[in-house]
Amino acid sequence: MVKLMGKNGLILGLFALATTGLIVATFINTKDTIAQAKQAQLLSILNELVPESAHTNALDMDCIIVEANPLLGDKTQRAFRARQDQQDYAIIIESTAPDGYSGDIDLVIAINEKSTVLGARVLSHKETPGLGDKIDLRVSDWILDFNDVLYTTDTAQRWQVKKDGGQFDQFTGATITPRAVVNAIANTAEYVNANKRTLFDSPSNCLSNDTGNEASNE
Amino acid sequence: MSEIKHLVIQGFWKNNPAIVQLLGLCPLLAVTGTFINGLGLGLATTLVLIGSNITVSIVRNVVPNEIRIPVFVMVIACFVTVTELLMNAFTYELYLTLGIFIPLIVTNCAIIGRAEAYASKNPVHFAAVDGLMMGIGFTIVLVVLGGMREILGFGTLFSGADLLFGERASAMTITLFSSDVNFLLAILPPGAFIGMGLLIAAKNMIDKAIENRTHKDAEVVTRARVTGTDI
Repeated sequence: MVKLMGKNGLILGLFALATTGLIVATFINTKDTIAQAKQAQLLSILNELVPESAHTNALDMDCIIVEANPLLGDKTQRAFRARQDQQDYAIIIESTAPDGYSGDIDLVIAINEKSTVLGARVLSHKETPGLGDKIDLRVSDWILDFNDVLYTTDTAQRWQVKKDGGQFDQFTGATITPRAVVNAIANTAEYVNANKRTLFDSPSNCLSNDTGNEASNE
Repeated sequence: MSEIKHLVIQGFWKNNPAIVQLLGLCPLLAVTGTFINGLGLGLATTLVLIGSNITVSIVRNVVPNEIRIPVFVMVIACFVTVTELLMNAFTYELYLTLGIFIPLIVTNCAIIGRAEAYASKNPVHFAAVDGLMMGIGFTIVLVVLGGMREILGFGTLFSGADLLFGERASAMTITLFSSDVNFLLAILPPGAFIGMGLLIAAKNMIDKAIENRTHKDAEVVTRARVTGTDI
């Protein structure tokens, strides 16, 4: 009996070793490709927001960790700096709309040093398919309405959906989602305007390889 | 040869994992929003099924009966993790779309069901064919359901093909009609249940029709034999 148990245990152990070994081998072989894919995804979003012609530095290498702030959705976010030679051009910052129709909406927003929002993209969301998911560029081009819109204290009141007296469209049957996105982008712009120098001047302290996992897995 | 033919019929029709065995319903209902999502998950499941079936069949004489289930579970978990890593590396966008449902392949009862019911009792080549056929049978149901829901819900077909086949395939998307308001019922999970029910009903109808026809033939034969014995 004891002998049989030992034998079975040994066989189980061998299988555990073999299967884990196979996984380890695959992991080691795909690790770099996966990191590249994530990096490429991040870079393509960053470059969509700030075209390559507008900056000379490597966007994904020049970034800082931003402490959680209510204006950014109370989560630790990353900010990327786009510079032309040594001249500051734009901040691309992650932000979260905490008040979506179902859960958080993770965004990335580009704002240039003249306080103009260059553009925004939704990284991840759980909004209703067919209604709230129009914030996703893959579904509709609504998010492009934010391209090149100025945000200052004078224009701040225009940063609402039309229903609330602002300039951005809501969707038929879904107001909560666009309202959350508009607010999040406005709040982010406010945050960037208030902390512009800190954001541009802090030394780069995040390697997107390490933190990229969190951003794209959510 | 006849064993392989039998396996093909079993996997595609008589014992189809999705619409007869009703296994793996969670991913089946959740990801079939579009044709391509269905195809992606179907292919991943097929890959896992073939891999686990072959492995289980190879080790079937080595593994004692008492510990076969934990061994099968380990083998399946291993193949799912490997598939997940490969998809993460080579079809990154699709990996993001399918998300949680790739690790969930591990809980797809169709896989351990085949390992236990077929692969653990049959030689390697038959087990591989069984895995392939069951996988294709599952994939067909996924893409049919995905296609139905995509056409009804979004008015398109093959949207997102570039996620699976690369940038060139983005031209494959066919727009049948476009409206501002999508047909939500088809897109949301209830639509998946209803579509699934319709598929099962359709299969049962066809089966019934075939049965009726063969039944008639059988009746003719019986009558002939009865009269034969009477004389």
